[in-house]
Amino acid sequence: MTNYNLAKNYLDEEKTEWKPMRDGAGIGIAELGGEKENVVVLAADTAGSSRAKYFAEKFPARFIQCGVQEQNMVGVSAGLAYQGKVPYAITYAAFLVGRPWEPIRTTIAYPQNHVIFVSSHAGLATGPDGPTHQMTEDISIMRCLPNFTVIAPCDYEQARKAVKAAYDLKGPVYIRNAREKTPVFTTEDSPYEAGKAQVLREGKDITAIGHGYMVYWLLKIAEELKDRISIEVINLHTIKPLDEQAIIESAKKTGRVFTCEDHNVVGGMGSAVAELLSQKYPVPMKLHGVYDIFAESGSVKDLWKKYKLDEEGTKEALLEFLNKSK
Amino acid sequence: MPTPSDSKIKELEKKANNIREDLVKMLIESGSGHSAGPLGQADIFTVFYFHVLKHDPQNPMWPERDRLILDVGHCVPIRYVAMAHAGYFPKKELMTLRKIGSRIEGHPNYLRMPALETTSGPLGEGLSQACGFAMAARMDGTDLDYHIWCIGSDGEQQEGMTWEAAMFAAKYRLSNLTYIIDRNNIQIDGYTEDIMPLEPLREKYEAFGWHVMEMNGHDMREIISTLEESKSIQEKPVLIIANTTPGKGIEFIENRFGWHGVPPGAGPEDVVPKEEQAKRALEELRTLRGRIEAEHD
Repeated sequence: MTNYNLAKNYLDEEKTEWKPMRDGAGIGIAELGGEKENVVVLAADTAGSSRAKYFAEKFPARFIQCGVQEQNMVGVSAGLAYQGKVPYAITYAAFLVGRPWEPIRTTIAYPQNHVIFVSSHAGLATGPDGPTHQMTEDISIMRCLPNFTVIAPCDYEQARKAVKAAYDLKGPVYIRNAREKTPVFTTEDSPYEAGKAQVLREGKDITAIGHGYMVYWLLKIAEELKDRISIEVINLHTIKPLDEQAIIESAKKTGRVFTCEDHNVVGGMGSAVAELLSQKYPVPMKLHGVYDIFAESGSVKDLWKKYKLDEEGTKEALLEFLNKSK
Repeated sequence: MPTPSDSKIKELEKKANNIREDLVKMLIESGSGHSAGPLGQADIFTVFYFHVLKHDPQNPMWPERDRLILDVGHCVPIRYVAMAHAGYFPKKELMTLRKIGSRIEGHPNYLRMPALETTSGPLGEGLSQACGFAMAARMDGTDLDYHIWCIGSDGEQQEGMTWEAAMFAAKYRLSNLTYIIDRNNIQIDGYTEDIMPLEPLREKYEAFGWHVMEMNGHDMREIISTLEESKSIQEKPVLIIANTTPGKGIEFIENRFGWHGVPPGAGPEDVVPKEEQAKRALEELRTLRGRIEAEHD
């Protein structure tokens, strides 16, 4: 099994540092800017909160402030990419990929332009801004676009690595990040390879697949329940293209698959796994996430609790599935 | 650039009508495609590919080439014909328009023909992309080596994204960019000023910080001088409003919006029956060419 070099004492929540993925992404892009001269960053009036500012401060000549113009930002990115630049377009998920979806389809996805879309404010982890800003459909609408790679890092460190890994991929990439601080359980030394699922913990009774911060809950649940049940935990950070082999191998071993995500269960990562397994190795499945609703304003912790996306709610859903699928 | 000679102008006019003829043949063969816009843009595309554009058909991706970006993707048939005449690909390939496996699809597909510069179709996305091209040239310090041209339509001025790009180009003073609007006054459902009025178009762009010029889009001399002059404007992006006649060259198509999206042989039957349309269209073009030749010979 790969050594993922997870943080020391990562299972102890009190000893675990919490930092926002958007910070990791912003810092990673600024670091990349020092290495790659053709990296250009575009912002749409959220350079501060979406962390494009880290790059902008270091490389002002390669930073383009588009104002509140997400559609235009997409078109300008396409033009830059045709000319050999590697644009990183950064803003909140709902505006980045929701607002200009068709321009992305036509000017980026179809001609295979190498543009990297980096969001913040994905999921209910956006908090009190409410459903207009809590983007819970981004994975659905991006993974159905041909040629796109879709990545949802699990924490700050992985976000920092993912934005750099995206530079070396071909074609367009979408990287989804949360606004809120979440546990940092991987480290600078943790390996990262886009497209390769990470089996962070081996098990034999059930496969639990997550992306984003919910992978951390899965690791804690697996530890807590280890005397009752052996849970295999997979961090499926790359949702497209899917690491089919890793998922099928795990399903063969455990015979049951639970997925969880801070995203609509319609069309999200769970759907992607279900599309695969229903055709190649059908096993009982439970898709946990946001159940096709718009949530509401509230602190992130209150939202997690009410919509069962916290550790407790996730454990409840997993145990219920276990009982039903015995 | 020196003023073009009379013989050069005459040569371009002849070329434009040969291009129109091949365009009509191509549309008839295809049985699907737009007529009015492409016919109306024939003179502008002829000037580009045979006089103004810095390009090399033998080396289509030459780094110092001018970038010609087609915003209004559905007018691409006229670009295909002009490119074929310029030597980018064999003219016989024009007969594959919109057919399975063809490089020349219904709307421009960059992947199959990179010399098209972009993929386009949905309206109002070209100017943003042209801005990206212009920004990249400036970042590379090559903005004086080549020019960015973008050809759009009047209908797509109704798209909000066009105005986002208009603000952007002015903010970044993209003087290496010239945007040409084919002002033919029609769109699929009717006349632009009935569907969603655009006027005063000139004043709108001026208020947005652009340098605005106008030209008769069928006068070769005027097209050349306006395009050339637009390159010399500093500090501002340039808009050229090209006043054109949709369907130019075929009287029963000219100025009639019913011909926006259909080829000869499939258009409205109130003037010419369907089965006669193709024949009449070609006859009229031959008459027109004859007239032009007579005027100069």
